[in-house]
Amino acid sequence: MTGQGALADATGVGDPAPLTAVVRPARLANGEGRSISLRDAFGEALLQLAQADPDIVVVDADLSNAVGLTSFPAALPDQYLQVGIAEQNAVGVAAGLATWGYRPVVTSFAAFLTSRSLDQVRVVVAQTGLPVVLVGGHAGLLAGRLGKTHVSMEDLAIMRALPGMTILAPADGVEMRGAIAAALAANRPVYLRSGRDPVPAFFAADHEVVLGAADLLREGDVACLLSTGSITPLAHAAVQLLAEAGHEVAHLHFGTVKPLSGAVVRDVARGRRLVITCEDHSRVGGFGSAVAEILSEEALVPVLRIGTDDVWVDSARNDALLALHRLTPADIAERIAERLTR
Amino acid sequence: MTTHASGVVDAAPPHGTEPMPRVTVAELDRLIATARTCRANVIRLVHHAGAGHVGGPLSAIDVLTALYFDVMRLDPQRPLWPDRDRFILSKGHSSPALYAVLAARGLLEDATLLTFDELGSPLQAHPDMRKSPAIDMSTGSLGQGFSAGLGIALGAQRRGSPARVYVLLGDGECQEGQVWETAMLAERLRVANLTAIIDWNGQQQVGWDAESDEPGRQETMLEPVAKWRAFGWQVHTIDGHDMAALVSALRACRTATAPTVILARTMKGKGVSFMEGDNAWHSRVMSDAECALALAELGA
Repeated sequence: MTGQGALADATGVGDPAPLTAVVRPARLANGEGRSISLRDAFGEALLQLAQADPDIVVVDADLSNAVGLTSFPAALPDQYLQVGIAEQNAVGVAAGLATWGYRPVVTSFAAFLTSRSLDQVRVVVAQTGLPVVLVGGHAGLLAGRLGKTHVSMEDLAIMRALPGMTILAPADGVEMRGAIAAALAANRPVYLRSGRDPVPAFFAADHEVVLGAADLLREGDVACLLSTGSITPLAHAAVQLLAEAGHEVAHLHFGTVKPLSGAVVRDVARGRRLVITCEDHSRVGGFGSAVAEILSEEALVPVLRIGTDDVWVDSARNDALLALHRLTPADIAERIAERLTR
Repeated sequence: MTTHASGVVDAAPPHGTEPMPRVTVAELDRLIATARTCRANVIRLVHHAGAGHVGGPLSAIDVLTALYFDVMRLDPQRPLWPDRDRFILSKGHSSPALYAVLAARGLLEDATLLTFDELGSPLQAHPDMRKSPAIDMSTGSLGQGFSAGLGIALGAQRRGSPARVYVLLGDGECQEGQVWETAMLAERLRVANLTAIIDWNGQQQVGWDAESDEPGRQETMLEPVAKWRAFGWQVHTIDGHDMAALVSALRACRTATAPTVILARTMKGKGVSFMEGDNAWHSRVMSDAECALALAELGA
C-alpha cells in the first residue's frame, strides 16, 4: 500500500464512528462568563477548597503570588508552607506531608517543577504514588515575555513519561476550577498545567470536569481536531474558520492529557481522513505524540501535530509568539486546510 | 501503654521528651550482639543475591541497630502505627543493612531476606515504601530522603504527633545540593523532631583520592562540623561503631530544641577484616570462600 488513499481505504471504511460515552457534548460560554487567567482561577478555587479542607497544604517554592495564590498565605497561614527557592526540597517535603494524609499542592513554574525537580517528582511522587498535586505555572506561549528559561514548552512531554502521573491541562478558568478540585480528589500524583494571562470564558459556568473525559465541541465528518490546554479556544476558532471554507472538522477538547483513552482516540479517528492535534507545547512528546502513538499502532489515519517545532522559544509578546509559531486561529485553519486540500 | 479511642493498645513505650536513662552494660551487650547478627545477614543476603552494596551497609549497621533496637518508638505488630518514629535510609544503596535490621526487629519476615533484588521481592535494590509497610519512604536517588524526612517531621508536628524522624545520609551524599536545601529549611522552621545521622565512612564511589595529594583535600566532606553549625544544626561527632556513644547521642536527640545532626565516624566494611576500609568492597560481589570467611569472622 502506498499513499494516503490506500491507507484510508484499508483502515477507515464507512461513516465516522459514534463517539463513546466518555466523550461529552460540551456547553460553551458563548460570550458569557468572565475573562480570567488560569492562575487566578486556580488561586480562587484552591482557597475555597482549602477553607473547607484543612488537609490541603500549599508547599510553595517562592512563586505563590505568581501562580495565582495572592491571598492564600494571609488567608490560610496554617495551610501555607513557604520552603523558599528550592524546588527539589519542595517536592520532597510535599511527599513527606502526604504520608500523613495531607494533600500537598506544590506551586512553581512549569519549567522548574518539571525539570529542576524532575528526579524528585520521579522518585518520591510518581514512584511512591503519594497524592501530591504539582501545579506548573506559566506554561506555553501564552505566558510570553519570559523567554526560554521560564516558559516550558516541554512539560507535558516530561511528565507524560512518568508512569502513574495524571496530567491535566485545562482550557480556561472554568475548567481550571474543576481541575484543581478533581486533582485533589484523585488521591494520586497529578501534574496540573497552568497559565498566566486572562482568557475569555470558554466553557459554560456549569461545565463539569471529569478526569479522562473528552469534551465534544463540534461535529464534523471530514477530519477531527483534538486539542488540550489553553490553545483549545484558538483551535475552536480555527475549526469555525474551516467550516466557513467548507471543511467540516470535528473538535474535541481533552482536559486530561494522561491517561488518554485509546478507545476514544481510535473512535474519533475512524472514518475520518485526518486527525489533527493542537497544543501550546512542543510537537515533541506532548499531547500530539500521545495521540499519534495510539493511532500509529493500527495505522488508522494520518496525524497532523500542531504545536511549536523543536526549537527554543524566545521572549516576545504572546501575539508575536503565536504568529511566529503559526498558532493563531487563522494559522491553525490554514495548516489544516492545506492538508485537507492537498 | 496508651489506649486509643479505638480500643487499640500501644505496645510500644510512650513517647516523651524527658532524658532517657543511661544505657546499661546488659543493654549494650545485647545491641552489639544484634548488630553482629545483622552484619552476618547482610553478608548472606548480598552473597545470595550476587548483587548489592556491602561496604556501606556494614558501616551503617551499628547506627541502624541503635535506632531500631533502642531509640525508636515502634511496634512490630503494627508497622503503620501513626505515632511510630520514622526512619529513612536516604543513602538507599545501603538497603541490605536496613533489611537485615528490619528482619531482626520483626518488621520483615526472615525468609524474605534471601529474595533481595529478585523478581517479586519486597526487598528492592533500593527501599520501596510501596513494597513493605516497614519502609517509611522510598529512597535511592541521593539527597531525596532527607527532604521527605523533613516533610514527615513537619507532618508529625501538624498532626500533633510525638513521632520523631531519623534520616541516615551518606557522607558522599552530602555533596547533593538538595541536602543543604533541606538543612536550611529545617533550621528556619526549627524542626526539632528531625535527626540526621551521617554515615561518615570517608569513602564514596570515586571521590578525590586520585585528584589531590594535599592533606585533607581527599575527604568526602570538607569542614562538616562548621558547615552544619553554620546551617543552624546541633552537631555531635561520635564514633559510629561505639554502641554506647551511638545510643547516648541518639537518646539525647529526644530533648533537642533544634534539628540535630550526628556525624558518625564509621568504616566501610566494618566487622569483616578484609573489607574494612577497602573501597573495592563498595559493591563487589563475594566469592563463596569470601562469604564463608566473612561469616566465620562474624561468628555466624
